[in-house]
Amino acid sequence: MRFAVCRTLLCGLLAFFGLVLTSHAQQRPIPLEKLQSGLHFSGPEVQSLQTDEFANPGNIALDSGIKYWSKPEGKSNKSCQSCHGELVKMKGVSIRYPAIDKATGKLFNLEDRIRNCRVKNQKAAEWTFESDELVAMTLAVTSTSRGLPLQAQIDGAAKSHFENGQRLFMTRQGQMNLACTNCHDQHYGQKLYTDPLSQGQANGYPLYRIDWQRVASLERRLRFCYTGVKAEIPPWGHIDMRDISLYLMWRGQGLPVEAPAVRK
Amino acid sequence: MSSARLQIPPRIFQGDVFKVRLLVNHPMDSGFLRDIDGVIIQRNVIRHLLCTLNGREVFRVEPTTGVAANPLFEFYLRATESGDMLFRWVDDKAYIGELRHTLVVEAANVSKPASN
Repeated sequence: MRFAVCRTLLCGLLAFFGLVLTSHAQQRPIPLEKLQSGLHFSGPEVQSLQTDEFANPGNIALDSGIKYWSKPEGKSNKSCQSCHGELVKMKGVSIRYPAIDKATGKLFNLEDRIRNCRVKNQKAAEWTFESDELVAMTLAVTSTSRGLPLQAQIDGAAKSHFENGQRLFMTRQGQMNLACTNCHDQHYGQKLYTDPLSQGQANGYPLYRIDWQRVASLERRLRFCYTGVKAEIPPWGHIDMRDISLYLMWRGQGLPVEAPAVRK
Repeated sequence: MSSARLQIPPRIFQGDVFKVRLLVNHPMDSGFLRDIDGVIIQRNVIRHLLCTLNGREVFRVEPTTGVAANPLFEFYLRATESGDMLFRWVDDKAYIGELRHTLVVEAANVSKPASN
């Protein structure tokens, strides 16, 4: 009798913990209180360049992005400002991207959203990925959310994308046979050659990368990581990159937007 | 396409030594790199950058391929007169960039804020 009670209790406990585990299936590899922006790992020279309001080289692209905002384009002869109002009204927009586009049901990052709006509503020529204009505009929109914490939504239609992103982040790939998690969760702070490994946080993007001498999107940075592990790079605009981006935004939840940020 | 940003102190007094910072938007292609198709990217650097005040040369630099993209130039001037500051630079493609600024030098007086 006592044995049976114990067994029922044990089963109950197991079931309870099982439930708890499934409801917290999205375990955070790095706890929220230990999150650190890439700026923390960048060294004093890069940090001072980013905080210098004038010399920050991302400002050049930011300036041109601000100009594009009010410039009428395409057959509609409308600027972004014609519909959206002043640029400052975009405050709080970038922190929730990538997000599901209601019209198509696809996962859009901010670049996709801008490209889509430009073709569909402005009826203007498409901006190619990573073009100066697209990067500048994304930076301008993101910079209005400077200091706000990342808040990506991972439920509803975004759930499958989030799970795929998580899977990709945890899966070893390429000739180096490395997963994102091997460096950015397990060994951040340690050195890879001469530079410390960061946590791979996405809160600064799009940011000025000194190596590339220009402002670059998160997608370009992810492609470069694929090169680093010698994996096959998906074509521009591939959904996998958006899925990883969504996972990264959730992973860095609460980190402040830094645009225009500077990294090595 | 070349544009620039200028930073000088908000108020300048007669006799002050003040810092001028100029951030120029320029690719500074060294001519040593290749694009994704393996074709060499032609050298295109700023050859010559000149700053004049009322037509008189006050600063000149001739950068070469060792300077990174979007160069930041910093130099000091002693405030002697107000006038038109003109920055002008030319690159390998013979593009001429220009930036104008009206420099206002205030008379030095006793109410001048402490310099440090």
